[in-house]
Amino acid sequence: MARKSAHQIVTANRLLQGDVVYFNDNGAWTRELRSAWVASDKESAARLLHRAEAMPHLVVGPYLVDVELDEASVPSLCHMREVMRETGPSVAAQPS
Amino acid sequence: MYRYDEFDHKVVQQRIVQFRQQVERRVDGSLTEDEFKPLRLMNGLYLQLHAYMLRVAIPYGTLSSRQMHQLAFIADKFDRGFGHFTTRQNIQYNWPKLSETPDILEALAAVEMHAIQTSGNCIRNVTSDPLAGAAADEIADPRATAEMLRQWSSLHPEFAYLPRKFKVAVTGSPNDRTAARFHDIGLRMLRNEAGEPGYQVLVGGGQGRTPVIAKVLRSFLPSARLLDYLEALMRVYNLHGRRDNKYKARIKILVRELGMDAFRAQVDAEFDNAMTSSAALAQAELERIDAYFAPPEFAHLPHNSAEHEAAMANNPEFSRWVDTNVLVHKQAGYAIAMVTLKAIGEIPGDATSAQMRVLADIAARYSFEELRVSIEQNIVLPHIAKGDLFAVWERLNEAGLATANHDLITDIIACPGMDYCALATARSIPIAQDLSRRFAAAERQRDIGPLNIKISGCINACGHHHVGHIGILGADKAGKEYYQLTLGGDPSENAAIGERAGRGFAPEEIVDVVETVVDHYLAQRANNETFTETYRRVGADSFKEVLYGTH
Repeated sequence: MARKSAHQIVTANRLLQGDVVYFNDNGAWTRELRSAWVASDKESAARLLHRAEAMPHLVVGPYLVDVELDEASVPSLCHMREVMRETGPSVAAQPS
Repeated sequence: MYRYDEFDHKVVQQRIVQFRQQVERRVDGSLTEDEFKPLRLMNGLYLQLHAYMLRVAIPYGTLSSRQMHQLAFIADKFDRGFGHFTTRQNIQYNWPKLSETPDILEALAAVEMHAIQTSGNCIRNVTSDPLAGAAADEIADPRATAEMLRQWSSLHPEFAYLPRKFKVAVTGSPNDRTAARFHDIGLRMLRNEAGEPGYQVLVGGGQGRTPVIAKVLRSFLPSARLLDYLEALMRVYNLHGRRDNKYKARIKILVRELGMDAFRAQVDAEFDNAMTSSAALAQAELERIDAYFAPPEFAHLPHNSAEHEAAMANNPEFSRWVDTNVLVHKQAGYAIAMVTLKAIGEIPGDATSAQMRVLADIAARYSFEELRVSIEQNIVLPHIAKGDLFAVWERLNEAGLATANHDLITDIIACPGMDYCALATARSIPIAQDLSRRFAAAERQRDIGPLNIKISGCINACGHHHVGHIGILGADKAGKEYYQLTLGGDPSENAAIGERAGRGFAPEEIVDVVETVVDHYLAQRANNETFTETYRRVGADSFKEVLYGTH
């Protein structure tokens, strides 16, 4: 089990490229985790997900993930799997 | 090698046209993701953690030089310049774009390849012996059977929506290099007392969350009746296999729940209803396909090559590679070269496009244009004249492909794990790389001898950890990776499922833990025993004692 957090954001994969994106507070999809729109209670998280799900022509499989906020309210991901999605493979992309 | 006929070309081309239209309809919003997902999966296109992944079928692990060149071309044009060879003898591209996937399928079709049935609840790519047609211990060449099964199972309307995915292996050697006992169906080619060719049919094997060793369903099946019998078997599974719970949907669970005798009775009843008139047709078709796999035109060479012996004497590095990576060929004067995609510290199974081209060129010049992919994620050059081995080794060495570690402790199997896979619960690749570096010393590897480490990043066991002499299973514990150890597994004809050693270990502990196991094996080893022989003799508790000190 990952750490529980009160804060959540929405992530998905872009339809054409498959890369990882986050739903930002402009209602658009971005590669920038720090720009993600953070919901801080269950009701607003549900509304956020509902809004993100209205763009199936842009992304695949939007879902909520837990984040923690630092003092500047910048989100960081709680679960290792999500960290891996954000940072990319931890190994060199091809044999050296 | 088998060449597509008109029907094969038509089927593959039609599928590409269909898929191109499906992608267009997904992009323009005519198809939802729920509607599109099964269509893309039917064409081998998964969505992983960071990107799409395309799994391309390499039928029973056989490739021509031309096909390998095309795989390199695809890696450069549509991916990031590399590909990942898998434990199911396929290749996966980790970074394709959805919009370009139809073009990739076109490029594959140009060399008689595709990605059909590399996903979904259907009969998957048939596994076969990567040394087929070359191995000195071969009783019969399994490739014609594998090809017949490929044709029979491709787009088979009755078996397109099975309860779960279905894997078949065919081996023609008493030394099983296909893990046949860990497939839904394993076929062992043999002859009966009258000398007639046929198969021993094994059923209900598999790995995953419920590892099971397949059992004998029929001790001898005449080769002409193979398709009738498999159709009967599949029909019983299709009818009775569970569809309400994906974790209980594989045939191994059905066989366990029904009992082997009851399952066999149902298959036999279905088989009795099969039209025996189809047998002659099947036999004729098998013979037609068999002609594609006629031996290449080997030169008449002496058993030993003076040139080869001199190169061995003059180059210790080459000599070490020959000792570990060159196997006995059935044809005098020839050898089999194992190219491990396991350079020290690199990603198991990965090859760059440049390496693929080197392999393709070597095969074209020295191996009758043939290559194979093994379930150990290695490449086989099946037919090398002994006098050419040094030249082959030099070219491999320049390309970083001459690591002398076949079947040794650094010849590690690892699935993509959480570095790529959406199902993974932990990383596999960094563990494999750390272990490879820890045991890198050539002399130490030779002292340890044959010892297979296999690593999976989740319970689905794509890294075959259940059958590793030392198996490692990555899992998630409170959001952190940890690794369970299994010992004593064996994928061969002496099939065994590894036993869990005890509690799991943190990522920073696991390499030391494996070294402790290996050191204990070496301390306990008697009379050149293999790891599993020592493990079975001294017992699990002996290893638990050194690992946990609690027994």
